[in-house]
Amino acid sequence: MVNKIWGSFIIIGILYCLSNNNIEIVNTAILDSTKTSFDMIIKIFPVMALWLGIAKIAEVSGLLKKLSSKISILLRYIFPEIPKNHESLSYISSNIIANMFGLGNAATPFGLKAMQSLQELNKKKDTATRSMITFLVLNTSGVTIIPTTIISLRMMYGSVNPTSIVFPCIIITFLSTLSGLIIDRIFARFYV
Amino acid sequence: MSNYIMPLIVLCVIIYGFIKKVPIYDTFIEGAKESFDMVFKLFPCLLAMILSINIFLKSNIIELFQFISFIPNQIIPMIIMRPISGTSSLAILTNIYELFGPDSALGTLASYIQGTTDTTFYIITLYFGSIGIKKIKYALWVGLLADLISITISILFINFIS
Repeated sequence: MVNKIWGSFIIIGILYCLSNNNIEIVNTAILDSTKTSFDMIIKIFPVMALWLGIAKIAEVSGLLKKLSSKISILLRYIFPEIPKNHESLSYISSNIIANMFGLGNAATPFGLKAMQSLQELNKKKDTATRSMITFLVLNTSGVTIIPTTIISLRMMYGSVNPTSIVFPCIIITFLSTLSGLIIDRIFARFYV
Repeated sequence: MSNYIMPLIVLCVIIYGFIKKVPIYDTFIEGAKESFDMVFKLFPCLLAMILSINIFLKSNIIELFQFISFIPNQIIPMIIMRPISGTSSLAILTNIYELFGPDSALGTLASYIQGTTDTTFYIITLYFGSIGIKKIKYALWVGLLADLISITISILFINFIS
C-alpha cells in the first residue's frame, strides 16, 4: 500500500513536470529533499529524547498504571462483552492512557497484550470479535489528550503557543471517538 | 492557560517518581536512549517521504484538484498517508511546519489531523496479525470511517470556529 502510493507520487510528479517542460523543478525537489530531511531529523532528535525520558519515568513509577485504573469503570460500558475484572480491561486502559499522552511507543505493547487476552475470550480463533473491533476504533480515532510529539515539534518550529492545539484536539477527539463508537455499534448490529 | 500544560506534566511526573522512589535521573536517561533507535528508524522514512512529497507538491499537479476547494491542497498527501504510515504522516507534518509555520491555518489543521487520528492500516496489521486473526470483518471500514470523521471535524473546526 505504502509502496504504491509512494511510487505514484513520484511518477505522477515527474511526468507532470515533464509534460509542462518544468524539469528544473524536479531537480531542485530531489536535491532539496536530502537537506530538508537531515535538518528535520536534527531538530526532532533532542525533543524526542526529552519526551521519551519523561515518559519512561511515568511508566516506571507506575503513574500510567494508576491513571489506567481510573478509566476502567468507563470501559465496562464500552465493552459490555468482556467479563468483569478480566485482565484485558487493564491492558486496554493502559493502552488508552498511553495514547492519551501521545506515547505511541508505550501504547503499542499494551495494545498487543490487550489483543492477546481478548483472543482468550474468542471462540473462533481466526475471526475478529466485536470487542476487538471496538478496541481498534478507540485506537484509530486516536484518544489523544496531550499530543506530546506534536507539541514538541511545534516548539521546534518556533510556534508562539505550542500547546494551543490541545483543547481543540480534545474536542475533536471526543466527537470523533463518540461517532466512531456509534458507527461500530451500528456495524456490529447489521454485519452478518 | 495552555501554557501551563507542559510544565505541569513534567512536574507531576517528576514528583510522582520522587514519591515512588524511582531513580528518576537514571530512568530519564534510559528512556531518552530509546530515541536513538527511533531516530534511526525514522530518518529513512523521513527522507523517502520528503522526496516523494516534494516532487509531487512542487510539480504543481495538485492544481488539478482545485475543485475540492474546502480541503487545502497541501494537506491532501497527509490525508492519504495518515491511515497507512505514522512516520510518513509525521514527516509530512514536519514538512508543513517547515514550509508554512506551525501557527498558520495549515499548520494548525495538520496538527489537529495528526493528533486526532491514527494509523489504521498499521494497527490492524499489527494487532490482528499478532494473534493470528484472518477474518477482520468490518474492522477496516469502521477504522477508516473513524479517521475520516476526525479529519472532517478538524477541517470544519478550522473553517468555522477558530
